Amino acid sequence: MEAIENKVAEPPSEESILVDAARAGDIRAFESLVRRYDRNVFRIAQHITQNREDAEDVVQDAFLKAYQNLGQFQGQSKFYTWLVRIAVNEALMRLRRRRPERMISIDEDIRTEDDSMPREIADWSPNPEQQYTQAELKDILGKTIQGLPPSFRTVFVLRDVEGLSTEETASALELSVPAVKSRLLRARLQLRERLNKYFKRRDGDTKP
Amino acid sequence: MKCSDFLKELTDYLDNTMDSHTKAELEEHLQWCHNCYVVCNTTKSTIEIYRDSKLYELPDELRTRIHSAIVTKCECHKNSVAAPSPDKSVKQDEGSSK
Repeated sequence: MEAIENKVAEPPSEESILVDAARAGDIRAFESLVRRYDRNVFRIAQHITQNREDAEDVVQDAFLKAYQNLGQFQGQSKFYTWLVRIAVNEALMRLRRRRPERMISIDEDIRTEDDSMPREIADWSPNPEQQYTQAELKDILGKTIQGLPPSFRTVFVLRDVEGLSTEETASALELSVPAVKSRLLRARLQLRERLNKYFKRRDGDTKP
Repeated sequence: MKCSDFLKELTDYLDNTMDSHTKAELEEHLQWCHNCYVVCNTTKSTIEIYRDSKLYELPDELRTRIHSAIVTKCECHKNSVAAPSPDKSVKQDEGSSK
């Protein structure tokens, strides 16, 4: 089976030149960094907050905070990982404001009875996503991931959608590697379980 | 190997971050356990579907708006750091008006 490959690749030299220039006050250089990562930050923010306006604010606030604090960025981690950490914190803060009745933390480790043990085991149709229009599919995927605890969907989006490594995800979230792995496994299995009802093979489907 | 043991290793297996011995054991289990085979395949599909879904794309119009907002805020910050603090200037103004 092929490995799931990472998505975000960055040439460190070019990036560190931009970071140094931005740190020295070059806003154009910082704008290049914004252009490089704004889509990723927006996607992460929207996955966590599940709210478009909040996601928009998170992107603005995260980049502004990054600009203001570039002096503290030591370059030991990648700029993107450092930026993601800022963005995740901003997104969680927004989520807490919207849902003050619930304590929302990235440390949250909800462990219900067999929460990730597969209950329904059914094979899926070949290319199951093609049974739906693009809009329907986005609706299904959005609703499905919304049902996951924030800490699970945060790990899932960083690791599986944005392609950060387990170590980078752990560093961005200030979690241990085993904690990231545990949340990732449960997030993946819970999403799989919830998608079953949309994608499972129905009578009459031909076998691949 | 039991199915619960297989599940524990599923994430490392899908990410191909395991030693060849454990990988061989898991693949041997997949040979005869249809349930784990299905769970493994459908979990892999889940990841791929989300990764390729273009869920939460940033529309161009919003992107442009966000960019100008960020640049404006960064310029404000830069100017506020470069300029004397507003408190001092207020005091000076107050002093000069007396």
